[in-house]
Amino acid sequence: MTDPGAIEIQGVSHRYGPRLALADLSLTVAIGERFALVGPNGSGKSTLFRLLSTLVPPQSGTIKVLGHDVARETPVVRLQIGVVFQTGSLDRQLSVRENLQHQGRLYGLRGATLAARIDEELERFALGDRAGDRAATLSGGLRRRVELAKALLHRPRLLLLDEPSTGLDPAVRAELWERLDELARADGVTVVLTSHLLDEAARADRVAVLDAGRLVALDAPDALRRTIGGDSVTIETDDPQTLAHELSARLAVDARVIDGRVRFELPDAHQAIARIVEALPGRVRAITVAQPTLEDVFIARTGHRYDGIGGASEAA
Amino acid sequence: MSTAGHVSHRVASSSAQPAPWLAAGTLCWRELVRFVRQPNRVAAAIGQPALFWILFGAGFGPTFAMPGAEGLTYREFFFPGTLVLVVLFTSIFTSISLIEDRREGFLQGVLVAPVPRWALVTGKVAGGALLALLQALVLVPAGWMFGLRLDAATVASLALMLLLLSVALTAMGFAFAWRLDSSQGFHAVMSLLLFPLWMLSGAFFAAQSGPLAWFQRVNPLSYGVAGVRRLLTTGMPEGSLPPGLPSSVTCWLVTGAFAAIMMVVAVRLARRATRGDLL
Repeated sequence: MTDPGAIEIQGVSHRYGPRLALADLSLTVAIGERFALVGPNGSGKSTLFRLLSTLVPPQSGTIKVLGHDVARETPVVRLQIGVVFQTGSLDRQLSVRENLQHQGRLYGLRGATLAARIDEELERFALGDRAGDRAATLSGGLRRRVELAKALLHRPRLLLLDEPSTGLDPAVRAELWERLDELARADGVTVVLTSHLLDEAARADRVAVLDAGRLVALDAPDALRRTIGGDSVTIETDDPQTLAHELSARLAVDARVIDGRVRFELPDAHQAIARIVEALPGRVRAITVAQPTLEDVFIARTGHRYDGIGGASEAA
Repeated sequence: MSTAGHVSHRVASSSAQPAPWLAAGTLCWRELVRFVRQPNRVAAAIGQPALFWILFGAGFGPTFAMPGAEGLTYREFFFPGTLVLVVLFTSIFTSISLIEDRREGFLQGVLVAPVPRWALVTGKVAGGALLALLQALVLVPAGWMFGLRLDAATVASLALMLLLLSVALTAMGFAFAWRLDSSQGFHAVMSLLLFPLWMLSGAFFAAQSGPLAWFQRVNPLSYGVAGVRRLLTTGMPEGSLPPGLPSSVTCWLVTGAFAAIMMVVAVRLARRATRGDLL
């Protein structure tokens, strides 16, 4: 018999009134993976997070967490997942230690076991000297660490994080990722997070890219980037539409106008740049060649740019 | 072939097992701790009713005359209602704290924990009701001013009656607050429903006939106020009670049923997902 995956999502759709937030989504997350759910606002990633965290029951399709159905075996699932919410869930009037005590008791921990767990988590997250401080007095970065400690207190096998790096400065964000890496590597905890930042999602083992409730890409970040044929070229020009048509014909590429610029992919673009500029005298204001990013993957799959707000600009 | 070694390590070490009563206990404990850390809540919940009692007692005292209970001063008449008002205010604070728990994100952490909803309601209501009871009892010694003398058994009965009332009002507040995500919405509930419920419970005045008297009879809170009134006048001469007061047994039965029904309503509501969970 094989192990169940950490998460198995089968044909899940979800509606808020007439609006379809998730459309027939299926995907699997393996145990021990660091998995990112990424997409612009309104892509359905937050809905999926609510379904996975058992906050909202699924409307259709099935979701299994560590082999247990979230709808039928909710208490079992709840015991095995740790959840870090975007808005935070600490009681600001309670101290760090009191917050952890409260959380532990909600999960049935008490007495010496609970005290030992709390000390362990305080040490892991270097929070020992702040244990007596009220949560309200902590900085954003420290508060996020307490949230993590809180979510891990009952030793979940799956850690779910909603937009964990929102509001954190780059140094704190990097530290957060180190901790998540360590959790996955040393403790075998499966880490699933949502993010609207594509470059952040690129740190995960695998990425699911959502757009308008649909899964548009699912693979390791490198593998996704390799699906882009070569480098990504962006040209700033006065008349992008005409230029895009011309380039598509001349170079046999799929040049599109995204956000007022011409964009296309070309193998070994650095060698071709001089020829392109020479062939279009006076018409190229700026030209950029870059390694493909997940944003390029998003544009290639959806035909519109990744603006963090969701499908606004159309493909040419 | 199994790859079980991969899965086992963390599960084996996890001693977490859901314990609903422990969860309810910690939610209750949290209410008490938070209360102590917000001293202005103490002042508001005891101070305002006490002030009402003193001022209304002074203002209405000279003109107050209860037919059939000529010996009764307004200060004496209004005292049971004041205790119930303390309970009402405290339960309102608990309801508002539920809305804050939702808005600040704290509640989502409880909603995804392996805690049955009845334990969530029980913990929150128990915390609020204990606070209400304690604050009402703090005010009882003020009765010495008009010669109130209670033996231990009566104090115990009074505490039990106030506890039932506290549970009823806190659970009712919980039920109203559960679906709200702003405390402004609750203010409407408070001014248009909870406060009038108290006004028309025989706490402030005793209507003898007409629609007000009819409302007073169907208002479950009237029986709590009457129950407190009866207990406070234990051993006092006839004429200390307004006429037409429901019997002790009726007071206990109605107030007990009020508390039980409100708990059931609150638990049933809490089992449903709210719009707030989706936002």
